[in-house]
Formats: sequence, structure tokens, C-alpha cells
Amino acid sequence: MGGATIVPAVETSFTVNGQTVHMALDPRESLLDVLRERLGLTGTKKGCDQGQCGACTVHLDGRRIVACLMPAVQANGRAVATIEGVASPDGVLHPLQEAFIEHDALQCGYCTPGQVMSGLACIAEGHVGSDAEIREYMSGNLCRCGAYAGIVAAVRQAGRSGI
Amino acid sequence: MRAFAYAAPATVAEAVDALVALGPGAKFLAGGTNLYDLMRLEVETPPAVVDIHRLAGFEAIDTAGATELIFGAGARMSDVADDPVVRAEYPALSESLRLAASQQLRNMATVGGNLLQRTRCGYFRGGSQYPCNKREPGSGCAARGGIDSGHAVLGVSDACIATYPGDWAVALLAFDATIDVAGPHGERSVAVAELHLEPGDTPQREHTLAADELILRIRVPVSRAGAGSTYLKIRPRESYAFALASAAAGLSLDPGGTVSDCRIALGGVATRPWRCTAAEQSLLGGRLTTDAARRAGEIAFADARPGRHNAFKIELGIRTVAEALRIAAERAAR
Ligand SMILES: Cc1cc2nc3c(=O)[nH]c(=O)nc-3n(C[C@H](O)[C@H](O)[C@H](O)COP(=O)(O)OP(=O)(O)OC[C@H]3O[C@@H](n4cnc5c(N)ncnc54)[C@H](O)[C@@H]3O)c2cc1C
Ligand code: SF4
Ligand code: FES
Ligand code: FES
Repeated sequence: MGGATIVPAVETSFTVNGQTVHMALDPRESLLDVLRERLGLTGTKKGCDQGQCGACTVHLDGRRIVACLMPAVQANGRAVATIEGVASPDGVLHPLQEAFIEHDALQCGYCTPGQVMSGLACIAEGHVGSDAEIREYMSGNLCRCGAYAGIVAAVRQAGRSGI
Repeated sequence: MRAFAYAAPATVAEAVDALVALGPGAKFLAGGTNLYDLMRLEVETPPAVVDIHRLAGFEAIDTAGATELIFGAGARMSDVADDPVVRAEYPALSESLRLAASQQLRNMATVGGNLLQRTRCGYFRGGSQYPCNKREPGSGCAARGGIDSGHAVLGVSDACIATYPGDWAVALLAFDATIDVAGPHGERSVAVAELHLEPGDTPQREHTLAADELILRIRVPVSRAGAGSTYLKIRPRESYAFALASAAAGLSLDPGGTVSDCRIALGGVATRPWRCTAAEQSLLGGRLTTDAARRAGEIAFADARPGRHNAFKIELGIRTVAEALRIAAERAAR
């Protein structure tokens, strides 16, 4: 629609996993699409694209958000963290990632990057006091394989060990 | 998605100016969790948006005052839900936010934008393949004669039966909150009770603000009934879903246990946040017995008009009111 409409591109700078990016964005582009399609960071997944599944969870200035419902221009001046930045550069997995493996907290793995980003935030927020609290604060991340029991166990273990 | 122009001003005054300058149809964009979603579905097609999510001072929360709690319209749902004063002294307000959406969405969404979120009616969101008087005035209503199990039983009209989906406005309504708004002609205040509209013949008109008015803050008068309150939300699954029925209830009891103040408002069952004045009055001056609580629920739903698949909301709603009152009384007696 509106093929003739000229949308001025918006100069936008932000950091992704500590690296500065600077780009001219169409204000329609979601942060999720910019991460995946423009920056090649395909670890962050697209499930519903409507804010309903949590597969696209990333951190913005240290807090978890869903990247599909944020126009990327809103990231201007801010710090984005994605699953690609969670393991250390030499490939050693984060203890929460290890806990996911240990507790079989995945089957197909499609929801897993979002679960891990959400789990890290859940722990940082202090919402790991009980399994009920973990379930409530992880409820924004759906898993169609139904690996929920393992996900709760993994977040509990990493949360209790003071990550 | 349609193309749109984008402006990101730094101050409230610049935001109002920018909206006017960008011309008819321009909209404010806060957390974007509702507006950007609907723009991608092409249900909303503003030619321009004014990004207000980082306006200076827009997210301030002040719960230390002696007469009112003040929430900047740009405050995030998660920050207001976790405010220690709100949690301890106004559990209904905190719970209405904590039980809404997910933590990711609550970190993005603002308490101002939350008030103006649009219905989740699937025919409205589904776009032009369905007739919908709210989206396309005069086209008809696909929900009548369609699947109306999520739709409203209170405040419905022949034109539209869509549920007001939010939780926070329901709790604010119970506590007599007011919003301050700024427009090209200055500032004014609007009671939350006067903000939302029933659909009537014009379901496309959902609230009483002008398109160029910016919500600045939400003010909630201090009340004793705050501590004796709850927001009870019944959902199709245990978490992360909109309400099938919800009730904000607040009570004050005098030392003998008589109800001296009572607030009841409903969500998930009505076309707008729904205050139940007659039900409140039925409880004043008496004790909150199980029977009285149930009767209050029945009074609240006396005018309910169910459709084909949503009559269950009447009994569910009555029980939700009764149970919310029981929890509120327990807290009020502490
Ligand atoms: C999957 C999902 C589940 C959800 N579940 C729930 C739930 O259970 N309960 C619930 O209550 N909500 C729920 N929501 C809705 C969510 O809470 C709202 O989308 C959100 O609060 C809107 O706030 P925002 O800042 O993102 O607003 P935006 O999307 O930016 O704006 C919404 C509307 O308000 C207008 N607006 C925003 N700020 C202002 C202002 N300051 N002044 C004037 N106009 C303004 C905009 O122009 C727009 O019309 C859910 C949303 C999603 C996607
Ligand atoms: S109920 Fe209202 S919003 Fe839903 S299809 Fe009918 S007119 Fe549209
Ligand atoms: S892809 Fe973003 S929440 Fe589903
Ligand atoms: S592991 Fe398959 S969706 Fe969660």
C-alpha cells in the first residue's frame, strides 16, 4: 500500500552485545527483524510476531522485552543484549545454559533462546523464590514442546546458585 | 504495514506540538505494545507517530504524598506493580498490573498507554475480512452471530459487544483515580470514570480524549480501602491471558466489622471499565457475609445481556465479585 509514500529514514545508534551499530532505519522495522535480517543475529527467534510467545525475548538496558513489538528506532541510544552474547567468547556456556542441558529443558529448541534470556532476567529480578513464582514470571515464554518442567528446574537451579 | 513518519521529541510540550504539526491521524506511541501491534495488522494506520516513550520526567512515580499517589503516564507497568507502597497499601492496583500480560510486556508498556489499549475482539483485530463497526463504522458486527465467548455482557449495544480488555483501568476506577492531560489549549483533568465510553451507536469512539491530548499522569486519592483490596482475575489459563471476568474490590470495616467503605469494579465482562455503585451500596452499613457478597455480585450483573456463547460470564462474574469481596474483607480486617 501507499507505494509512493516517502518515509524518511531515521538515523539510529545502539549497542548490541556491547558493539555499537549505527544504521538508517525505516521506522516500520521491528527490532527483531533488524537483529535477524540486518545484523545476522538469528539466535533471537520469531514465533508469533505479536508479542504473545516470548521467542524473541532480548534485554534492553538490562530488562527483558519482546523484540517483535518494538520499532527498532526506539532502541536509539540504548543497549540491546541477545542470546549470542550469553556464552563467553571462548564458547563456554553460561550456567543457565548448562542447566537447560542438564534438565532437558528443551526439545526442538525453538523457544530456547527466548527462555534463556527470560530466565536470566527472572533470576536478576529476584523472581525465583518458589517454583510457583518462577512459573508466573516465566509465563510470557511459551514452549510448544511442553518442556516447562525442565525449564522451571533449570531456572531454579541457576537462580539458587546465585548467578 | 503502512508507511508512517516518525518524530521523537524530548519534552511534553514538544510532543504536543509535534502531534499537531504532523496533522490529522497522527498518534502518540508509548510502549507500542498495542499501537505498533495494530499497525502491523493494519487495523491502525496512522500516517505519523510521535514517540513519547522517553519524554523527560514522564516515568516518575511518587507514592510518598499524604493525599494522592502519582504515576507518570510513561511509567512502566512493571515499575508501578513493584512499587513498595503500591504493593503494600493498594494490592488491587499492584495485582491488576502484575496479573496483566507478561514481564517482558510490562517492562515495555506504560501505565498511560494501558488505559487506551483497544479491544482484543478477534474480528476487530482480524482486519477487513470481517465486518466490524468499531474498525469500519456501518460495516456490521461479525461477533454477533459469530463466536462471542470472550465478549461483554454489560454495556453492550446493537452495534458492538467488544470487551474492554484492560485490568489497570478497572482497579483505578474502583479507587476514583483521575488523569491529567495536556493539549494544544493547555491542561485539564479527567476522572477515569469519565474516560471510557460505552459503544452505543459509535463504537469507534472509545474514550473522551481529543486526538491531540497527551496523558501526563494518573492520580489516585489516598484511601483506607486501598489496604483492604484485591484484584481477582479469572483467565482461561492460569497466567498470561486476558480476563474472562475480573473484579477490583476494596473495603473498609469499622471496628465492629461493619462495612464503612466499599468499591467494586469489573473487567473482562463489560464494554468499558465497569463500576458497580448499586452493589457497593448494598453492602454499606452491614456485615460482609457470604450471602451479602453473593447478592452484591447478583446486583452487579442484574442488567447483563448475554449473547450466544458468553452467558457463562454472568455466573462466573457473580462468583468473582463474591470471592474478591471475601479476600478484600480478610485484608481489611488485618
Ligand atoms: C500478548 C499480550 C498480552 C496482554 N495482556 C494484557 C492483560 O492481561 N491485561 C492488560 O491490561 N493488558 C494486556 N496487554 C495489553 C498491554 O498491557 C497494553 O498493550 C499496554 O499497556 C499499552 O501500553 P503501551 O505503552 O505499550 O501503549 P501503546 O501501544 O504505545 O499505545 C496504546 C494507545 O494509547 C495511546 N497512548 C499511549 N500513551 C499515551 C499518552 N500518554 N497519552 C495519550 N495517548 C497515549 C496511543 O496513541 C495508542 O492509541 C497485553 C498485550 C499483549 C501484546
Ligand atoms: S464486537 Fe465490536 S469490535 Fe468486535 S466485531 Fe463487533 S463491532 Fe467489531
Ligand atoms: S515473536 Fe515476539 S513474542 Fe512471539
Ligand atoms: S523446545 Fe520446542 S518450543 Fe520449546
